[in-house]
Amino acid sequence: MLEIKNLQASVGDKPILKGINLTVKPGEVHAIMGPNGSGKSTLSHVLTGREGYTVTGGSATYNGKDLFAMKPEDRAREGVFLAFQYPVEIPGVTNKYFLKAAYNAIRKHRGEPEISAGDFLKLIKKKAELVEVDPAFLNRSINAGFSGGEKKKNEILQMAVLEPKLGLLDETDSGLDIDALKIVSKGINAMRGPERAFVLVTHYQRLLDYVVPDVVHVLSGGRIVKTGGKELALELEKQGYGWLEQKVAA
Amino acid sequence: MPSVLEGKELFLANFKDARPRLPGAKLPWLDKRRAEAIDRFAAAGFPTTEDEDWRFTKVDPIEKTPFVLADRVSSVEMKTLAGLALCPFGFDRLVFVNGRHSPELSGPHALPSGARLTTIAQVLEKEPARLEPWLAKLGQAEGRAFGALNLALFRDGAAVLVPKGVRLEKPIHLIFVSSAPDVATMSHARVLVVLEDGAQASVVQEYVGLDRGVCFTNMVTELLIGENAGLSHYRLQRESDRTLHVSTLQARVERNGRLSAHVVSLGGQLVRNDVNVLLAGEGADVALNGLYLVRGRQHLDNHTLIDHAVPHGTSRELYKGVLDGEARAVFNGSIIVREGAQKTDAQVYNKNLLLSEHGLINTKPDFKIHANDVQCKHGATIGQMSSDAMFYLRSRGLGEDEARRLLVHAFASEMVERVDVEPLREALSEALHRRLPEAAA
Repeated sequence: MLEIKNLQASVGDKPILKGINLTVKPGEVHAIMGPNGSGKSTLSHVLTGREGYTVTGGSATYNGKDLFAMKPEDRAREGVFLAFQYPVEIPGVTNKYFLKAAYNAIRKHRGEPEISAGDFLKLIKKKAELVEVDPAFLNRSINAGFSGGEKKKNEILQMAVLEPKLGLLDETDSGLDIDALKIVSKGINAMRGPERAFVLVTHYQRLLDYVVPDVVHVLSGGRIVKTGGKELALELEKQGYGWLEQKVAA
Repeated sequence: MPSVLEGKELFLANFKDARPRLPGAKLPWLDKRRAEAIDRFAAAGFPTTEDEDWRFTKVDPIEKTPFVLADRVSSVEMKTLAGLALCPFGFDRLVFVNGRHSPELSGPHALPSGARLTTIAQVLEKEPARLEPWLAKLGQAEGRAFGALNLALFRDGAAVLVPKGVRLEKPIHLIFVSSAPDVATMSHARVLVVLEDGAQASVVQEYVGLDRGVCFTNMVTELLIGENAGLSHYRLQRESDRTLHVSTLQARVERNGRLSAHVVSLGGQLVRNDVNVLLAGEGADVALNGLYLVRGRQHLDNHTLIDHAVPHGTSRELYKGVLDGEARAVFNGSIIVREGAQKTDAQVYNKNLLLSEHGLINTKPDFKIHANDVQCKHGATIGQMSSDAMFYLRSRGLGEDEARRLLVHAFASEMVERVDVEPLREALSEALHRRLPEAAA
């Protein structure tokens, strides 16, 4: 589904990613862990097409298509979803309106007719229950005045409504208390399935207690320095990132 | 004769020619007010950019065009009018075409007892004494070129008279249609709203263009709000992009009176809106809400003046603008707090969204404070579309144009939400959506 080969990217003149190789198959959940500054966020931003990052080498294909040749909206329409580390506040646009516009943009891309207002309302109410948000939330402006936890829940709600094939979750667990973390994890787990893949980018092992990954990668200095099973996350939790970085330096 | 004249001389000749046939020509008090007004105009002439109040706005297109006074009512079909008007039909309605009343386009008048929705010309003909104390007595506008011209040349307009304690359940809908199918045409019309003590009303005042001819619309609106009376007033300006529109609104708010005055400007080549509000009684409460969307080479100038003459007055002003293309906007929001007007609570803000690199805004919120126990705040912002917000929307599948439209709408929607007339609020929101694709182009 996602095939990243020797990906190199920089911010301004500064190289951040120095040759990433990663293959994600449908149904898999990959966790990418790493200390601050290892390039975790840059990886998710590059994959979704955010401005300000330059791909200097390598490639990324999504279902056989060159991801970097696609506009951000086309990536989304083809089924790539990024849950933001810092979701953006947009006063004046309600969640409901926004979600419907996004939902219909994706349907249009697939050549499907727009959903009726009534059907859409039913759909979002069901999804709102999943992430345990008050339906009143849907009539509020996107993330405006939301708490950190509400913003992250909103990301998961959007993902649940848009039903992507590939979910990239950028530090979705950061800043969440245990209750919110459980809700967010429940939302992700409910979406797991043989056709859908996830890449969880996280600093902490805690999320992986609730969303158990198939593969764990450790990112350091812009490279994946170790890949293993879910037990690698536990090892990192116990020993920190220091031992890996020393090993790489040595 | 008028075609060989231009500038000030043309307008003076127009007055001389029209004077005996103007409504109320036989009323000495009105004829005198008109004559004094034209003298003031003759002495002052058109404003130039040397005038502080007109620094950024050139009126050459008005001065240099050989306008004729509209002398007949163009025929407009009801269906056409309903399509042009933003506010849905269903309210008591008065329609004017080039400043002249069109009875066939006007709607039902089912006002509560004693309340009147009528034309100024009719009142001048049948019971002029009713207007003498009010008409053109607020003074500020008539002291200036365009206000003076309006007073001298106006032919008709709407009068909304609401007696003491009467509440109008439904809004009043006034529509001013401008049309110039063959020659450049000007019209000078007025609106007079008098709410006696404790009265309450909403008035929606629309300007629409029938064709793409060159029109000059010169409006004066007077609002008199009695003690503890409340008025919501809406002006919607959507004339053609070849229209020159000068509009002056002046209001006087008595003790504990409330005024919320909204102006939405979407059309016109050159638009100048002056708003002068006097808080004449203690506890008066005034809100000025403005929204403008300009593009192409449109020029829009909003000048507001809120005069806190007495203590315990409140005023809240917010004007928001979206500029695209090479459009230019001017905002000048002045607040005067007179000596002794203690406990005044005043705020004036202007916020702008620039969509292109060639738009230009000159903004100046301004206070003159002569009292020492007041709360006054002001501010102005000019911003561009947030790239973070754009990316966020696009990353969910919205195309670039749609994302931009949504963000412009979000910026403007704060002003739409302040509209209390529900069908108008909905129509305005839809109109913004429709208008925005072009604004984003």
